[in-house]
Amino acid sequence: MTEPILQAHGLTKRFGRVTALDSADFELYPGEVLAVIGDNGAGKSSLIKCLSGAMMPDEGEILLEGQPVTFRRPQDAQAAGIETVYQTLAVAPALDIATNMFLGRERRRSGPLGSILRMVDDGGMRRDAKKALDDLGIGTLQDITQAVETLSGGQRQAVAVARAAAFGSKVIILDEPTAALGVKESGQVLQMIRDLRDRGLPVILISHNMPQVFEVADRIHIQRLGRRAGVVTPSSVSITDAVAVMTGALQINPENEHLGPVPR
Amino acid sequence: MSSDTAVLSADPEFEHRRGGLEKIQHLLHRSPVLSPLAVLVLSSLVFTLLGKGRFQDPSSIGTMLQATAVMATLAIGQTLIILTAGVDLSVGTAMLLTHLVMARQVFVGGWPPIVAMGVGVVLAMLMGLFHGWLVTKVALPAFIVTLGTFYIYQSLGNVYGKAQTIDSKDLGGPRGLLMFMSREINLGSFTINTGVVFALLLYVIFAFVLAKTAWGRHVYATGDDREAARLAGVDTRRVLLSVYVVAGLIYGLGAWVQLGRSQNASMNGAADVNLQSITAVVIGGTSLFGGRGRLWGTLIGALIVAVFDRGLSLAGVDQNYKNLAIGVLILVAVALDQWIRKVGK
Repeated sequence: MTEPILQAHGLTKRFGRVTALDSADFELYPGEVLAVIGDNGAGKSSLIKCLSGAMMPDEGEILLEGQPVTFRRPQDAQAAGIETVYQTLAVAPALDIATNMFLGRERRRSGPLGSILRMVDDGGMRRDAKKALDDLGIGTLQDITQAVETLSGGQRQAVAVARAAAFGSKVIILDEPTAALGVKESGQVLQMIRDLRDRGLPVILISHNMPQVFEVADRIHIQRLGRRAGVVTPSSVSITDAVAVMTGALQINPENEHLGPVPR
Repeated sequence: MSSDTAVLSADPEFEHRRGGLEKIQHLLHRSPVLSPLAVLVLSSLVFTLLGKGRFQDPSSIGTMLQATAVMATLAIGQTLIILTAGVDLSVGTAMLLTHLVMARQVFVGGWPPIVAMGVGVVLAMLMGLFHGWLVTKVALPAFIVTLGTFYIYQSLGNVYGKAQTIDSKDLGGPRGLLMFMSREINLGSFTINTGVVFALLLYVIFAFVLAKTAWGRHVYATGDDREAARLAGVDTRRVLLSVYVVAGLIYGLGAWVQLGRSQNASMNGAADVNLQSITAVVIGGTSLFGGRGRLWGTLIGALIVAVFDRGLSLAGVDQNYKNLAIGVLILVAVALDQWIRKVGK
């Protein structure tokens, strides 16, 4: 069996008397799209924040390629090759597309202009930003110097995904990427997810949208009451059963992964 | 799934044509300096017509620039802070306290001018660090922080300065380092001083830093959407702290310009600059909500204030109407900013 590229054991996170994560486990394997589903308050967001460095767990460990890692800030996870597209997209609306794509990792010009005057390489960054968008099949953005706030919701999403794809070398995390999008734009984002997987990048997809999850995911991690209720595959379980596990009406037998009623 | 929004996707036939007004909105969105520039050009033309030949007189313009240099210098620091969605109400008193330290340490303390200058600049940077620390670590609003320090510096300056005014000869005279910014540069009848050139140089430097370095990008991003910048990998606390320290550095340099301008040192030197620097930034098209604006706009804004000041008095208009005009300009500038920010919404 291959080793998980990213795994977590016994993650616990408490906010005062509320336990957001209660010894949660997690595994992501190379080359897969893993969906994370769960009801509100199940600990999806906390789990993802721990994996992306936006939050530190109180207990538990995270392993990247088998090595223990500690993420104190989002930059730590980014440096380790984990890129996250947040639901809020984390783009600065007044700044242009290229500036946003390289925000926090601007490249300097070569020679004394860069080393002494610290001048950024706008030409190079714009070229590469354009290429990153083209690689994802988004040729519709004509002007890379356009402010992000002049773009449609789907185009903004594309900018955020392209940024993650350009810098994420190991894992891409997408938090509710289609929540604010229409049907057509959602389809484009799902296609981007498949393209990322085909390029060999494993993707974690957090979503409430069951049909989309079942359409695109290889495996589905079901989060319930702060811990992992189980992992299923779209081919072996129906949407109804997955939702039943999510809400606690059914439970997964950890021995054989068969679904059964919750024992009283 | 909200299927009703599907029609909004990028099909070109659904994209509506931009009307005339919308074109202007997009133009100003891209080039926020255009509207202040238009105000500066138009007001200069009007005052040239009203001024009976005195407004466009080169010596008059030179005097106007000399009178504006201090405020324009401080407005650079104010721009940096407003770009991060903050504001500094204490620019003027911070600068006055600094220039008093420079002057008194030479006059009373007997320090070499270069040492007194260096200590003054470091002191101004420490003031900035204090503001930045209160804003980032204690998470107080910049408005309240600098309202407090405005009174503190004013009071400290009065106590420390013993209400004395140190005049030109005690500052080492016009050839000394402290009064370097008073040296005149004559181009025919057009006379400016080193302070004007120095202020312009600072504008060139900081316009470059804001537009062409990663730090400049981070200043804009932090002011535009702090959480987004943080998640994208910008250390927003460090950016904010550095902005306040750099602003302090600029106030320290502004104190030097002030010594050259006033040719004496007292806490009553420049009563208006606190608010005027904010006025220059706002009229210059920088958004009080952060993340939008250009440093050159601030220079234009400072010149607009100077042109109105000089133009209206040359035209024989009551001084009270000058402030009325500036007040209207501020409101128009802020309303315009609100409209420009609605682009794409």
